Amino acid sequence: MRPFAYERATSVQDALERHSDGAVYLGGGTNLVDLMRLGVEEPARLVDVAHLPHDQIELRPDGSLVIGAAVSNSALAADRTVREGHPMLAQAVLAGASGQVRNLATVAGNLLQRTRCPYFQDASKPCNKRDPGSGCPAREGEHHNLAIMGHSPECVATHPSDMAVALAALGASIRIQGRAGERTIPIDELHRLPENEPERDTTLEPGDLITAVEVPPLGMPSRYRKVRERASFAFALVSVAAALDVDDGVVRDVRLALGGVAHKPWRAWHTEDALRGAEMTGESFQRAAEVELGVAEPLRDNAYKVPLVRNLIVRTLTELAERGAS
Amino acid sequence: MTDRVEGREKVTGQAKYAFEYPAEDVAYAAAVQASVGKGEVAAVDTEAALRLPGVLAVLFWENAPKLGEVSDGELALFQSPKVSYRGQFVAAVVGETLETAREAARLLHIEYTEETPDVRLRADHPGLYKPAKVNPVFPADTEQGEPEDAFRDSAVRVDVTYTTPAEHNNPMEPHTTLAQWNDDGTLTLYDSNQGASTVQATVAKLFGLDPAQVRVVSPHVGGGFGSKGTPRPNVVLAAMAARAVGRPVKFAVPRQQMFATTGYRTPTIQRLRLGADEDGRLNAIVHEVFEQTSTVREFAEQTATPTRVMYQAPHRRTSHRLVRLDVPSPSWMRAPGETPGMYALESAMDELAIAAGIDPIELRVRNDTDREPESGLPFSSRNLVACLREGADRFGWAGRDPAPGVRREGRKLIGTGVAASTYPAYMPPNKATARAEPDGTFTVRIAAADIGTGARTALTLIAAEALKADLDQVRVEIGDSSFPKASVAGGSGGTAGWGTAVVRACEALRGMLNGSVPPEGLEASADTAEEIRAREKYARHAFGAQFAEVEVDADTGEVRVRRMLGVFAAGRIINPKTARSQFIGGMTMGIGMALMEESVMDAEFGGYLNRDLAQYHVPACADVRDIDATWVEESDPHLNPMGSKGIGEIGLVGAAAAVGNAVHHATGVRVRDLPITPARLLDDF
Amino acid sequence: MDMPIYAEITLVVNGTGHRLSVDTRASLLDVLREDLGLTGSKKGCDHGQCGACTVLLDGRRANGCLALAVAHDGAEVVTVEGLAKDGRLSPLQEAFIEHDAFQCGYCTPGQLCSATGMLDEAEQGWPSAVTGDLGADTVLDDEEIRERMSGNLCRCGAYAGIVAAVRQAAQRREAAGT
Repeated sequence: MRPFAYERATSVQDALERHSDGAVYLGGGTNLVDLMRLGVEEPARLVDVAHLPHDQIELRPDGSLVIGAAVSNSALAADRTVREGHPMLAQAVLAGASGQVRNLATVAGNLLQRTRCPYFQDASKPCNKRDPGSGCPAREGEHHNLAIMGHSPECVATHPSDMAVALAALGASIRIQGRAGERTIPIDELHRLPENEPERDTTLEPGDLITAVEVPPLGMPSRYRKVRERASFAFALVSVAAALDVDDGVVRDVRLALGGVAHKPWRAWHTEDALRGAEMTGESFQRAAEVELGVAEPLRDNAYKVPLVRNLIVRTLTELAERGAS
Repeated sequence: MTDRVEGREKVTGQAKYAFEYPAEDVAYAAAVQASVGKGEVAAVDTEAALRLPGVLAVLFWENAPKLGEVSDGELALFQSPKVSYRGQFVAAVVGETLETAREAARLLHIEYTEETPDVRLRADHPGLYKPAKVNPVFPADTEQGEPEDAFRDSAVRVDVTYTTPAEHNNPMEPHTTLAQWNDDGTLTLYDSNQGASTVQATVAKLFGLDPAQVRVVSPHVGGGFGSKGTPRPNVVLAAMAARAVGRPVKFAVPRQQMFATTGYRTPTIQRLRLGADEDGRLNAIVHEVFEQTSTVREFAEQTATPTRVMYQAPHRRTSHRLVRLDVPSPSWMRAPGETPGMYALESAMDELAIAAGIDPIELRVRNDTDREPESGLPFSSRNLVACLREGADRFGWAGRDPAPGVRREGRKLIGTGVAASTYPAYMPPNKATARAEPDGTFTVRIAAADIGTGARTALTLIAAEALKADLDQVRVEIGDSSFPKASVAGGSGGTAGWGTAVVRACEALRGMLNGSVPPEGLEASADTAEEIRAREKYARHAFGAQFAEVEVDADTGEVRVRRMLGVFAAGRIINPKTARSQFIGGMTMGIGMALMEESVMDAEFGGYLNRDLAQYHVPACADVRDIDATWVEESDPHLNPMGSKGIGEIGLVGAAAAVGNAVHHATGVRVRDLPITPARLLDDF
Repeated sequence: MDMPIYAEITLVVNGTGHRLSVDTRASLLDVLREDLGLTGSKKGCDHGQCGACTVLLDGRRANGCLALAVAHDGAEVVTVEGLAKDGRLSPLQEAFIEHDAFQCGYCTPGQLCSATGMLDEAEQGWPSAVTGDLGADTVLDDEEIRERMSGNLCRCGAYAGIVAAVRQAAQRREAAGT
């Protein structure tokens, strides 16, 4: 690991000022330290933002939440208001990593964790994300757990977060403090598709600091379901975050996002559109799922994810419908 | 039901493992791995690394000391510029701190001449050859009768091919050595291994020393599962580095580097042909195995050997073909041979049961035999049928509907499966001493290893019994090459081999005791080589039966093992408490083999792609639900003074087949390529 | 050339304060093991994937290998060496011996620290991935124990004993009303 300077930011302004070339913000460190030890990340300076006063979860009168960026994953999942108002968010967080990792990891760090593509993590091999222009061996190599949607010739990586999938389904917004001031963007505009710049996971500019995540009220049953080979402590093959509001056998409202399929948490807008006003039946769920999967372009060894996602969407919506109807 | 004698040390953090011994002025080593799949080191630029403050030395082929010849080419560390596989150690750096050593290793700039590596095992590889023998000393091929004709003429036939992937042992403690050269030219190694005597002998040869000049200390070892059964490059690297800098040096192989340098189980391709009459009596068994070795050393996994032991059939053939690939050297992994071989045989037996319309337990009973089929030797004891019957009772097998894919609980498909287990009862020669101390206690010494097996506890029980003493009067000291020479913790032969030497030493001591013990104590020693040479000819094997119940998610293909039961016949069980843990531990590894363990070869660059515990999944706590192991009483006078067979490996043998057979019963899908993942199941749903 | 950078920190480990100069790159785990000689905490993977390094960091279980020591200046740490009090084993340590919840022992310190932290989490009503009703109180059945202990890998496969030991310690704790 390359030597680095360590500085503890005392305020947001202080953090921004300390963040110069070669600096990286440090939250819990659960992915950053891991990548530094692999030689994938080589910051000259760490600016520790884990101690900034962004460690609260605020429930606003309308039922929306403001989650501080430094809230630990564990605290987020244990929070009563989250569990009651946004259960799929708590479930998604609990589906990720392990108890001891979640105690260290922060909300912003979880959003900004990087792909677990095996080529990205091996600094001795080409990877366009790690070393732009060096090539993407995964496209023709080992990719059974990589993207089926939105990938590019340059990159077929997936985003590994569970929490971000739930936040995508919830239509969360990300509050960012940048050099030009504060702004808030939809989570859908935080993570990006690889296109020809796979080295950029997000739309953040240098120095940008995530300070909070805003989550609108939900008001309908929701669920996060993750598929993995090992029963726990494993990244998703695929996952789905879903919320469903049914009324008299008809879908009134729905939220759906997919994990493990793309370079970003995949909001299934097409499925949602197809479902609103549709009958609450397995057939209509399946048809709606197929609409989204119509854009899938599976690679040689990951076509299994297409039926897996379809089955998972139908299953999760069916369970939510049964719960809503009972 | 004796608690582990070192239990308190282990739960309080006082048990010391190799990296943890205090050493004055210790330095740290870090290794550099080849970043090409095949070729040569063309140039090593050490400047940047050496300029780093605190860097003490850089070692690579040009400046490394010449080592003595040993049979394992993986130990010829830095002896030539040749790169035989991606990830091979090509250089090492020694630094004042861990951080410095690792950073210097990263700064070492190495240029290579590069060739295209040949890394893919296939059954039609032109380089396949018949090895002179398979491990340890079995013929590569055997044949009796007319297997091809007999198979063709059989009423019921199964002709199927199974594959198992490369699997990595992944003990929780990495391969570690703390090396210290003493002023008198002797070498002390605190080392993580399965046999201090073996490490001592090998290191002495490598460094041109007399074995007495090398002391290996390893009282606690954080697992091995075969991967520490022979010395690995870590011990050579640490000793070489310590000599270069004139200080003690510590080196623990980082988890990522273990995937290339510390061994793994070869992938296998296995074609099984079983021919039987309408009643399921086997007429022909043909088991053909294709597997890999490296260009550095030959390692010939004895995959088809259990098929020579298991079932009667007048016509039979087994064969092994190897191909030398540009890959890390495969090596020992728990129940080598039996584990992949019995997965294939016991899966094929399940397919035969279905083809013949016979209950899979009944099929195995009908093909039981009291003589080892190929050697013709009588079994010293064989209680496979008793294990199957006992297990069927306990598991609730009676009344099982054989129809696949018909039991549902909500969206879950439920199924059960059975498979047999076997493992040879080896008994290697050993030496031991037993001392009577003037305070009335006894000290027993042998250079055995407890890698988590419970060996220290079992040997204490064995010694106490032989001495007719209380447990707390007996202290067994192991894990030190200065103790009498011992075989490795491997081949499930520890308790039998070490235990016999301990019994004989204790018996000799009892013969010397008459009343008081002199102030200097009394000591007796034993060597079992002669006793073992004189043993009668028997086929000695442990057997078992494994049962699994699985649930398979009909939408996602996720498989979870709900219940698992193993019933074993392994001679006398010395300590039920630790024995049960051994059996269950093996079965747990079998769950991993069945459902998640797979090392993926990088077809483009060479080397294994998944190289950490997030990408190579071993079972987690949540994967192991209701699991139990038990045994049938077995009295066998032809074994050893304890009447024991080995128990360390058989728990893994057959476990994956039981799970796979249960998955078929649940879903109707036969996945013949391990592991059984959602991707492989969904293809056929 | 990047020179190592050192920082002064304090750590309170098992109740004892230490003032240390650490390389900014050093993990809490390496500082415990190499600088303080507390080798009970183990290094199995150095990447947060095995849990052998689990310690209690400011009262919560955490992977010592992922925690940079410099980022935890002033922290209170409890390691496996601090679980027994005055030579008396904790109920979890006793239960691990009784149920043979380990074989090689290398993952054991992490399992024990993890279970210690986990029992506190459960007592505070934290849910897990297998908690059916997120609004309900935590009932620490076997399925919950298995899920909550899944961050600690054991290659020897001692999980059955680990679950039995944790269950026993949880029940005794509940019975004692602590």
